[in-house]
Amino acid sequence: MNRSRNNWLIVMIVVLVAFSLWTDLSKNISIQNPLNNTSLVNRNTDIHLGLDLRGGLQTLLQADVADCASVKASDLETTRTILQNRANALGVSEITMQTAGNCRIVAEFPGVSNPEEVVAALQQTALLEFIDAGDTPLTIGTKVETDYGQSSTTTQPTATVAAATATPSTTATTTSAASPTPAPTVYHTVMTGAALNTVAVQVGSKPGTYQISFTLKPDSTQLFADYTSSHIGKILAIVLDKSVISSPSIQSAITGGDGSITGSFTSAEANSLAVQLRYGSLPVPVKVVESRTVGATLGEDSVRKSLTAGAIGLAIVILFMAFYYHLPGIIADLALVTYALISFMLFKMIPITLSLPGIAGFILSIGMAVDANVLIFERLKEELRAGRTLSQAIDLGWSRAWPSIRDSNSSTLITCLILYVFGNSFGASMVKGFSINLALGVVVSLFTAIIVTRTYLHLVLDNLKLGEHPRWFGL
Amino acid sequence: MNIIKNRYLYFLISLLIIVPGIVFMTLHWTSTKEGPLSLGIDFKGGSLLEVQFTGTRPASSDINSVYAQFSTATQPLNDPIIQPLGTDSFSIRSKQMDDATKGKLVAEMESKFGSKVIVLNFTSVSASVGAEVTNAAGFAILMAALAILLYIWYAFREVDHPIRYGTAAIIAMLHDVLVVLGVEAMLGYFLGWEADALFLTAVLTVIGFSVHDTIVVFDRIRENSNIYRRVEYEKMVNHSIVQTLDRSINTQLTVMFTLFALALFGGDTIRHFVIILLVGIFSGTYSSIFNASPILVVWENKEWKNWFKRKDAATV
Repeated sequence: MNRSRNNWLIVMIVVLVAFSLWTDLSKNISIQNPLNNTSLVNRNTDIHLGLDLRGGLQTLLQADVADCASVKASDLETTRTILQNRANALGVSEITMQTAGNCRIVAEFPGVSNPEEVVAALQQTALLEFIDAGDTPLTIGTKVETDYGQSSTTTQPTATVAAATATPSTTATTTSAASPTPAPTVYHTVMTGAALNTVAVQVGSKPGTYQISFTLKPDSTQLFADYTSSHIGKILAIVLDKSVISSPSIQSAITGGDGSITGSFTSAEANSLAVQLRYGSLPVPVKVVESRTVGATLGEDSVRKSLTAGAIGLAIVILFMAFYYHLPGIIADLALVTYALISFMLFKMIPITLSLPGIAGFILSIGMAVDANVLIFERLKEELRAGRTLSQAIDLGWSRAWPSIRDSNSSTLITCLILYVFGNSFGASMVKGFSINLALGVVVSLFTAIIVTRTYLHLVLDNLKLGEHPRWFGL
Repeated sequence: MNIIKNRYLYFLISLLIIVPGIVFMTLHWTSTKEGPLSLGIDFKGGSLLEVQFTGTRPASSDINSVYAQFSTATQPLNDPIIQPLGTDSFSIRSKQMDDATKGKLVAEMESKFGSKVIVLNFTSVSASVGAEVTNAAGFAILMAALAILLYIWYAFREVDHPIRYGTAAIIAMLHDVLVVLGVEAMLGYFLGWEADALFLTAVLTVIGFSVHDTIVVFDRIRENSNIYRRVEYEKMVNHSIVQTLDRSINTQLTVMFTLFALALFGGDTIRHFVIILLVGIFSGTYSSIFNASPILVVWENKEWKNWFKRKDAATV
């Protein structure tokens, strides 16, 4: 092999290994541009552990419809967005929610301690309400209480409002069933999302602004007309799941059953509000078909054990290679360590979530990484026995071993691809994680076997002149 | 070393593993009607709850009564399968139960047994999803087999009869799948193991490894068929197997080392998975040496024509 090309490869490998070590050992990497002090790279490189390793809840939600094929992809996506917002409101961090196949959504909640509540919140039907907020606009995101569902009907507001706004008595009210603590303001619900017929986004009167127009169902038109006539100038806040999403004021009586919400909305804001109005309740009803909770202790235990096992396995493989293949074996071991460093760096950078099957896939790929080296060394020995010089034997060994490495690894990659598709469309994240890790391992192992081992071997041969020691090659 | 010469002996050894496995699978199927293997909740639906007690662990009959308490007509939880786990935990399998019920059930255990109850693991799968996953898994295996067949057919297009190589690799792969399923059926019978999603992952891994291994041997045959054009096919195949033998065994050993480490130190969660992988990887190496290439020879000689003749000779 050309010596200058080899030198160039060494530089590349050293840089790659240094970068991998840096990533593997740090939780965050950042590179500053020295010229103007701007940040070029700033990435969180904390390892992502799967739910089976860190504990948490995973649920598989499925559209509650007779025929899965009838669910539109856009509806499923909207459902996912609404569920995601709902879950975010619960204050659980790092939620991931992805659609899987035609009618499923996989939701993952790492580290939750109250899986029952989370599942309950996901399954509830969202409630969209228009509430009478009086004169003061409400801040978006404010949690409010409303009287919807507390009285028997919403068309008799006076009774509930009176009851709710009555000042708590100063005497001890242990007998009062109403509210022993001073109640927060309970807003009156004028109507719910069920009254809306259509919702659309329109271009507003000012250039670049948007507004939302809506029409009401016939039976709600009269109610809305009466209400808006008597409350001009008041705030009619829009509340989704008791959380304020918009707080417009009534500018004129809406008698015809259609109106609009104006304001300086951008296109995106108007769209998102329209979606919430349209789908206050989910466009596709969902039910929980699968739920997995892993306690944090079990997860920690699994991580510790599989790391120990992985380290022991790797150590045995390293010893075996050194004993059986002598010098090339030791060099392959160095390549194997390089392989492990690079893979771990990729896990952190991409990032790939490490689950238990994922770790198993990775450990298996160590075996395949060794296999590529074994194939090459067996070939190398054969060429040496056939009387080639060492340098010739190395290059011939590589080129002869290549077709088998290529074809065997291609078939593994094909299996990985099919596993991935299977895992992805059925929300089987275990199978998916396994296939991703195995595929990544195969690709990196090809790189280390073909480029790294060969470069290391040439480096040793070119500089230490070991060509006269066939025993060092296990011959 | 002449491996090809004794090919029928090696086929027989394979059958000695596969036939009992098929018998166990048939027995299971006829006795339970649910299929050849005892399936875990991932495939047939249901709930698995693993709980740890910080105080004294109650008797399993007490757990049984708590389950009975929450059993309803729509969600029958009567008679769960309760297995002790370590010294302070239980693993409880029942029909599917929702998260809300699980919460109430755990709270009831805490108050009834006066011990803090830690939920180690809770899985609940509806029967419909389970059935669908089972079908999809079968489909995935078929797809993988087909894709690999096509790939090998393509990769060996310059050899005579490339489809034989693809077919032989697939037969060797099916051999390994049957061995793994058979061993699982026996372990299910003797140890009560159930096939779960991890088992499926193991089977799929074995498929990948098996073909990987077979291709390495076939690659040698591909190469040698150009070099030794005058040597008869049988000898050339045998030579190729012997040449790749070191590699086959060494690769298998390195994978087995890591798997042994996982089986011994990896914890209970993945032991089942790892043992199935060990069986499958061993079978994968065996089949690539002793089955896949001999099948090529059987095919080349069209030996099935002689199978009946030999029988005739024996009867005469």
